[in-house]
Amino acid sequence: MTDISMGGSAPKSSLTTVDARTRKRNAAEKRFRAYGLTAIAIGLLFLIVLAVSIIRSGVPAFTQTEVHIDFTITQEQFDDAESQMLKTSAYQKLFIAALQSQLEDRGLEVSFDPAAIERLLGKTGGTIREYYRENPDQIGTPVRFELAASSRVDGYFKGRVSRDTVVDSRFLMVSDLDLVDALHDVGIITQAFNWNFITGSDTGVDNPGGAGIGVSVIGSFFMMLVVLVLSLPIGVAASIYLEEFAPQNWFTDLIEVNISNLAAVPSIVFGILGLAVFIQFMHLPQSAPLVGGLVLTLMTLPTIIISTRASLKAVPPSIREAALGVGASKMQTVFHHVLPLAAPGILTGTIIGLAQALGETAPLLLIGMVGFIARAYPEGVVSGFVDPNSAMPAQIYTWAARADAGFYEKAWGGIIILLIFLLTMNIIAIILRRRFERRW
Amino acid sequence: MYDAPHYTRQETGVTDVKIKAQDVQVYYGDNHAIKDVTVDIQDKTVTAFIGPSGCGKSTFLRCLNRMNDTIDICRVEGDIRIDGDDIYDKRVDPVQLRAKVGMVFQKPNPFPKSIYDNIAYGPRIHGMARNKAEMDDIVERALRRGAIWDEVKDRLQAPGTGLSGGQQQRLCIARAVATEPEVLLMDEPCSALDPIATAQVEELIDELRQNYAVVIVTHSMQQAARVSQKTAFFHLGNLVEYDDTSKIFTNPEDSRTESYITGRIG
Repeated sequence: MTDISMGGSAPKSSLTTVDARTRKRNAAEKRFRAYGLTAIAIGLLFLIVLAVSIIRSGVPAFTQTEVHIDFTITQEQFDDAESQMLKTSAYQKLFIAALQSQLEDRGLEVSFDPAAIERLLGKTGGTIREYYRENPDQIGTPVRFELAASSRVDGYFKGRVSRDTVVDSRFLMVSDLDLVDALHDVGIITQAFNWNFITGSDTGVDNPGGAGIGVSVIGSFFMMLVVLVLSLPIGVAASIYLEEFAPQNWFTDLIEVNISNLAAVPSIVFGILGLAVFIQFMHLPQSAPLVGGLVLTLMTLPTIIISTRASLKAVPPSIREAALGVGASKMQTVFHHVLPLAAPGILTGTIIGLAQALGETAPLLLIGMVGFIARAYPEGVVSGFVDPNSAMPAQIYTWAARADAGFYEKAWGGIIILLIFLLTMNIIAIILRRRFERRW
Repeated sequence: MYDAPHYTRQETGVTDVKIKAQDVQVYYGDNHAIKDVTVDIQDKTVTAFIGPSGCGKSTFLRCLNRMNDTIDICRVEGDIRIDGDDIYDKRVDPVQLRAKVGMVFQKPNPFPKSIYDNIAYGPRIHGMARNKAEMDDIVERALRRGAIWDEVKDRLQAPGTGLSGGQQQRLCIARAVATEPEVLLMDEPCSALDPIATAQVEELIDELRQNYAVVIVTHSMQQAARVSQKTAFFHLGNLVEYDDTSKIFTNPEDSRTESYITGRIG
């Protein structure tokens, strides 16, 4: 691509005819534009594929197949069930009887065996018993139970399971589907928006329908809080010192090289460091968002330092001279003039670092946040930091590793929640950045 | 289009010496940038530093308010005294010094803030105003001295960076005088300006002479001749000649000075 002119010896030519050399150059430019467009088109294509597949696979997680049963229990029935050896199965029997009578009321004659109900709804007896033990005042009055259908029934309505592919197993018999259709026709089985997925907690491997991501969202939130509160001030302070105050010598050079290298260290290394230092040496609680946040802070610091230094470097030196020239001290110069100008860049770096930290799974693996079943919301701010919890990516990883296809769907749904969380974070950062920029 | 400003030039009478520099040496690493410069800069006088590029005139100027301190490899030796105080004395805080010795830079560099805040920044950090009214007075006085008040008085909250180049430079001069300095250093203040803006700034410099010792580095010999009473000619890090401007430009003693002002070297 040399563009050296031909020299004076070329014959005179008209400006209206394009010479060969120019034509070649123009062609090269056209080709380059085409490459660029192709690259963008490929990128967009992948983006669309990604978005479509996430939405297609993830959206079903937000709906839930539910069974609505109006159920009344008398005091005698309650006492009777409580006195039996197998208490939950006694409740189960009562429940099935209620269901049968309701079907008959609506003129539906479907024969089913009690085992089918267990396949469709799981062990409902336990749920019912728990409810009445907690609300004994409800005995005798009709209560509407909304029970989650089993993963396969849920899959049947979402197209995951069909009559053609279903094989008789202890999870679902083909004949059960007739019952399901009948229940659906009379409105006992319905599909509803699954709030529990957003607000709920993780469940055991046998209950994909009840699993929610809410508790791990809180876990991630507390972790991000730790990362933000630690890495932003430490990172910015370190960058300001290195960029504006530190003398240029072999020691600061060494630090600089090391920071750049740390940014490229695999995150799992930080995970094992966190395990060794924070848990084994400092005896901080396992699986706690505090420890997760500390580990992710280590991982995020280099990113923030590098981007902060870059944005400090980008502030024109004339501004520093101007401030020094009117008698500002070095610190005043930095804090009154340089830092505000660098703030948008610092914010961008911070959000990139936080986004990385939010999606990081590998280090959480080593400090016990993966595989942990987050069953309950933390009780307060302190317990939010120190009580064992999971985080969104860890939760997604846990679900994806489970056998039931219902969990696979939840994993995709979890990805959507994760992306929404990330988007919210980015929007806040953009608004903040606008603020900073408008001030000038 | 452009004539020399028609203000009356006063000849330098007998004035006090404001800055006394003796045997100043400046090194950038191993590079000996300023060699044995000895010069007395007088109060209430415009002193021009002229010379070809890289001759050290800007470097020397920046020694006078210790702006070179910010460069790690720069080393200054010798003795520079302002009103008898050695400014490189260990007890001298460069921050205090720079409040006393204002500086205007080659490229207009207003802060990306409002016009008001540009002026008010210096007085604010030096605690010169007790309240808003006093600060308003300081800002107005500075802008008037910077000969830009009439142009900006209606838009003090507008960003300083939105002004034209010449206005920005006058704003920077106003900013420099807002802290009530005693010496004003100007590093090629007109090199980025058009002739009309240059004329305005030159007129302003002549007015500033009433109150300050002004030191101006310039590449334009005409400018030096127009605004200064004293001229110093630097060449390759040496102060070749220092005398009344009229003498330098009409009857220089050194042959190098003569060659430079007649355009044979430089």
